[in-house]
Amino acid sequence: MEKLIDLGKYIEYGIKILEENFSGLWGAIDEIISWTVNNMNEALLSIPFYITIALVALGAYYAYAGKNAFKMQGLKKGAGMAVFVIFGLLLIYAMGYWKEAIQTTTLVIVSTVISLFFGIPMGIVAARSKTADVIIRPILDLMQTMPAFVYLIPAIFFFSVGNTPGVVATVIFSLPPSVRLTSLGIRSVAEDVIEAGRAFGATEKQILFKIQLPLAKPTILAGINQVILLALSMVVIASMVGAKGLGSIVYQGIQQNDIAKGFESGLGIVILAIILDRITQAITKK
Amino acid sequence: MEDQRKIKIKVEDLTLIFGKHNHEALSLLEKGVSKDEILKKTKCTVGVNKVNFEIKEGEVFVIMGLSGSGKSTLIRCLNRLIEPTAGKVFFKDHNITNETNKELLETRRTEMSMVFQKFGLLPHRTILENAAFGLEIRGEEKQEREEKALQALETVGLKGYEHQYPSEMSGGMQQRVGLARALACDSEVLLMDEAFSALDPLIKSDMQDELLAIQSKLHKTIVFITHDLDEAIKVGDRIAIMKEGIVEQIGTAEDILTSPATEYIEAFVNKVDRKTIITAETLMFKNISLVQMPKDGPKGSIRKMRSAGVDVLPVEDENRKFLGYVWLQDLLELEKEKEMSVEKALKTNVPSVYKSYSVEDMLPLIIGNKNPLAVIEEETGKLLGLISQTSLIIEATRFGKKEISELKERANEM
Repeated sequence: MEKLIDLGKYIEYGIKILEENFSGLWGAIDEIISWTVNNMNEALLSIPFYITIALVALGAYYAYAGKNAFKMQGLKKGAGMAVFVIFGLLLIYAMGYWKEAIQTTTLVIVSTVISLFFGIPMGIVAARSKTADVIIRPILDLMQTMPAFVYLIPAIFFFSVGNTPGVVATVIFSLPPSVRLTSLGIRSVAEDVIEAGRAFGATEKQILFKIQLPLAKPTILAGINQVILLALSMVVIASMVGAKGLGSIVYQGIQQNDIAKGFESGLGIVILAIILDRITQAITKK
Repeated sequence: MEDQRKIKIKVEDLTLIFGKHNHEALSLLEKGVSKDEILKKTKCTVGVNKVNFEIKEGEVFVIMGLSGSGKSTLIRCLNRLIEPTAGKVFFKDHNITNETNKELLETRRTEMSMVFQKFGLLPHRTILENAAFGLEIRGEEKQEREEKALQALETVGLKGYEHQYPSEMSGGMQQRVGLARALACDSEVLLMDEAFSALDPLIKSDMQDELLAIQSKLHKTIVFITHDLDEAIKVGDRIAIMKEGIVEQIGTAEDILTSPATEYIEAFVNKVDRKTIITAETLMFKNISLVQMPKDGPKGSIRKMRSAGVDVLPVEDENRKFLGYVWLQDLLELEKEKEMSVEKALKTNVPSVYKSYSVEDMLPLIIGNKNPLAVIEEETGKLLGLISQTSLIIEATRFGKKEISELKERANEM
């Protein structure tokens, strides 16, 4: 069928202009992200695996047990998760994918931090201004429904292959829930509490930091949990543009039609996902 | 008695119109166009319609009305939580309606504290942190504000609960925290928006007593919003009754009950339990003749009765202390026996009341005897006036005879 309008061409043209005119900016972003990812990988890999596993297990235990960490009650709650963490991570190590798992975790952490850095303030703005909300909402819809692979193409365009386009595509893909849930959390703070704040002479800033954000915290944390899981799922796809980690092993498995490789690395991702999800959920519930 | 207290809050022609074209609506309102007409023409609702009043220092001023009468909107105009469309609000000498944002914040922080129907407590903070909230907003140091908050919590009877969370407390206790938060700021004015309306009746009554007790110590100026006339009468020094944004009458409870200004208020008042409000003081007959012992003998007393046209008279001693009654038939006996003193005819086992007693308090006292009720002064026992049983029953029978018989039965059981 004949094309009546060549929208794609305009987008491509626009991307080209961006790429040519702001090459310094893209270069800088690339450098910062690559530097952070590489250093974090090195740092995490320099720790012996058993110490890392022990620390993560302790973290998971504490996230579940909380204040009762030294009581029977806490032990009941946290022990199961701690055991899962130990066996899950040992399995990853035993399968020979420890390095890849660390690389994946690094990408997830870096992407999540960047997503939250932009997402939470955007959520605050969207909650407080109707105009901002009207503008931000359709952009978020676009970001969430556009097939994730599509982000990879311009990402390569700006940053060539490697970890950086992976992180950028992951940030774009995982950003929406942090904006949405921050905004939702702030909007659902009861009007009477805010009115009480106003009546006692609170400034807008005091209302935000002393009332709205603390009360929206559970919802914002739920958003963070969503961001982490979306980031993890995107990091696998990002291996197509050269991001390292478990995703790249999955990708190799597909290309080489290697069932064993595909299954092992896939299982590794599942273990990481469960650990990240349960720990953040446990923190959210508190 | 002319009230010499200073005026604390003065409201002049305060008007609030909801809607986009509220200034258009305002000019219509000023031309005298009706509320419904304005709604039709401009789609604007008149929430508060040219309200005027003055509140004196230390006064509990109640604004009463049903939901939709504009009372909650009105109280929010006083600290500009809602921006009034027109009119002025003066606090002492400054005009709150002219204040810049910064001045307004200062006024809210230091001069007016508010208590809310839904409490408005912060669920993530302890009781102590909630009570200290106003002071924290004001920027006071942690230690100082916690000291003040503790003191306020003690005032409202919540000592020992500082480290609990609002969700662990009952509604009544939560509202005590709300009250403590307002008291901690030590502002001169308390704005109470249906503060006790969400509480169940017994707790509500407790809180009203508590508020009155606190008020007798602290002498704040209180603006109290309620939809409950009984509550208004109990806590209010003066009451303003609102209907559809207009203040229909301002006066003491007595003024409003005895001479309601409009039919609306009359309808309202009739629903109120008059027997809890009408006091001995209003009912008593003051110009009474008396028998004084030992000066008056039987003969003189009979003369007094005949000239007054009664068959019973109260007796007092030379210090004007009320002793009891003498009845005509007993005096006639004494006269025959040529007694010089009325002492033998004196009935001392008779009911007496103070002037603050309500009809409800007095009704049981008239059961099983025919004595009038003597109203005496609390300290001296001096007779102030008499209430005849008939007038008491008339006052009570406005609610029907059934209630009277119930009361009589109850009294007889006692």
